[in-house]
Amino acid sequence: MADRTGMVEKRGAGLWLTHLGLIIGLLFIFFPIWLAFVASTVSQPEIVQPPMPLLPGDQFFENYRKALVSGINAPVAWMMLNSLFMALGIAIGKIIISLLSAFAIVYFRFPGRKTFFWLIFLTLMLPVEVRIVPTYEVVANFGMLNSYSGLIFPLIASATATFLFRQFFMTVPDELAEAARVDGARPMRFFWDILLPMSRTNIAALFVILFIYGWNQYLWPLLITTDPSMNTIVMGIKQMFPSGDDIADWPVIMATSILAMIPPVIVVVGMQRLFIRGLVDSEK
Amino acid sequence: MATVSLEAIRKSFGSTDVIHGVDIDIEDGEFIVIVGPSGCGKSTLLRMVAGLETVTSGEVCIGGNRVNDLEPMDRDIAMVFQNYALYPHMTVFDNMAYGLKIAGTAKDEIVERVDSAARLLQLEDYLKRRPRELSGGQRQRVAMGRAIVRKPSVFLFDEPLSNLDAKLRVQMRLEIKQLQRRLGVTSLYVTHDQVEAMTLADRMIVMNGGIADQIGAPLEVYANPATEFVAGFIGSPPTNFLKAQSAEVTIPGAVTLGIRPEHLLLTSEPSPVAGTVLYSEALGAETLVHLRLPDASLVTVRQGATEPLPAEGTSAGLTWDASEQMLFDAEGRRCDQPAA
Repeated sequence: MADRTGMVEKRGAGLWLTHLGLIIGLLFIFFPIWLAFVASTVSQPEIVQPPMPLLPGDQFFENYRKALVSGINAPVAWMMLNSLFMALGIAIGKIIISLLSAFAIVYFRFPGRKTFFWLIFLTLMLPVEVRIVPTYEVVANFGMLNSYSGLIFPLIASATATFLFRQFFMTVPDELAEAARVDGARPMRFFWDILLPMSRTNIAALFVILFIYGWNQYLWPLLITTDPSMNTIVMGIKQMFPSGDDIADWPVIMATSILAMIPPVIVVVGMQRLFIRGLVDSEK
Repeated sequence: MATVSLEAIRKSFGSTDVIHGVDIDIEDGEFIVIVGPSGCGKSTLLRMVAGLETVTSGEVCIGGNRVNDLEPMDRDIAMVFQNYALYPHMTVFDNMAYGLKIAGTAKDEIVERVDSAARLLQLEDYLKRRPRELSGGQRQRVAMGRAIVRKPSVFLFDEPLSNLDAKLRVQMRLEIKQLQRRLGVTSLYVTHDQVEAMTLADRMIVMNGGIADQIGAPLEVYANPATEFVAGFIGSPPTNFLKAQSAEVTIPGAVTLGIRPEHLLLTSEPSPVAGTVLYSEALGAETLVHLRLPDASLVTVRQGATEPLPAEGTSAGLTWDASEQMLFDAEGRRCDQPAA
């Protein structure tokens, strides 16, 4: 008996210890976000005067209204809209292109099929940062600086997503394509009626990843948008930093940071439900 | 309903020849079973009729029209696949209706045709379910329903029962046979199971290494195999093969003598052939006695359950009626009588 309670206690202690570890880790990661939130709810003088407050102040509505409506260079609401267009454009564009190219590579025998496959593979080694100068040159020559097409198109091809879909299509039994052929479905009809609904779980997962990828783009928008009305929010935060002797409006900058975090969180939380439902639904 | 004819069909994948010229004429409403071991080209043959494989040379005609270059959908055929190939995200109803929907059939006609097929296959209660919510036998029925609703002139079955358990296989076999009788649709059925072939076929085609060894009614093929391969493949337990010399057969050219287990009798006389009894399997209705001959080959005798069991290890003689024996030449062809 005594042994048993001892064991339970030991396990209890282990459980607490695990939880304690997790909570500390969580606090560690959450603390900067908390600081940013606190800073976005107080006034400018309160921030610059040490020690910095650790509890939210009363300027919440004032700071966020100021950020959303007027911002510093451009209204944050406007920058968020730009980011939203860019992230959606990249995510949706990437999914469409990679679905179609994976479909072509898996289901069609055309000359140069292997070559194209390897070409796509090669682009994995060429992220935006590596090809940024030539890409800038191309985009500038097309007159796409300060435009949504300039923000979206150079980032829209995705070898990773193509591979993911290729891998998935290869697990779809050949008989399914043959059954559709016997049923009279032309290739695009098969793609639309059968392959697409079967890949919806993959599409949902990719959408989450690609939306966040698009939302968090920093270097590329920084390079090609000079007009503040085309700024995206992630680079816009940097643009808000003062240059020279200007005084930084930290509460507004912090409010912008908090605002920039919200859409990805919404996408992750919202799509998570769809994602799990998809996983449960589409088994076999 | 249509006739199907294959004329000198050949198929090669690259430089490998898979089918070396097959000729078959199938009559309207006939149930043809193509049987053979794996890798003999039987599925390839079926897929060429379906239009899923190109024909290297020769002609495929359905209903008198050459269909070599037509897409499967234009050949007026329907196919049942081994793994059923149901669309996993569609309900049973949508699975069966998909072909009609593409063909642009009117909605109320689709509903009517699917409903009547569902009634025929006892699937009415499952129309709203997804394939993964069905048992193997039900999935098999949906796959057949999908073929039926299109009212094709030819049914093609590619080993449709091999994913089912033994009991269900027997039951579905009967259902397929009844269904085909009722609908009267010309059918081609591929299987590696000779029992399925024997029970289902009006005529069967025994394939061996890309060649149709024999085409004929099941009982005729059983009673009168054209080649050594057919004699060995059709029938269970398989035909016994003895060396013609040791069996004291002196017909010129005969190398092998085949004799079915049920035609062998055990005697106490050690002539013309004798062997040692290895063991006996009493199956209730019949008993199989396995013997080893002096040349180390194995022979099976099938006898009635009431006949005395020879003790293991004793030696016994074998005799048979000369009219039941089958003689094959060095290439495995029948040489004691003109192949019918």
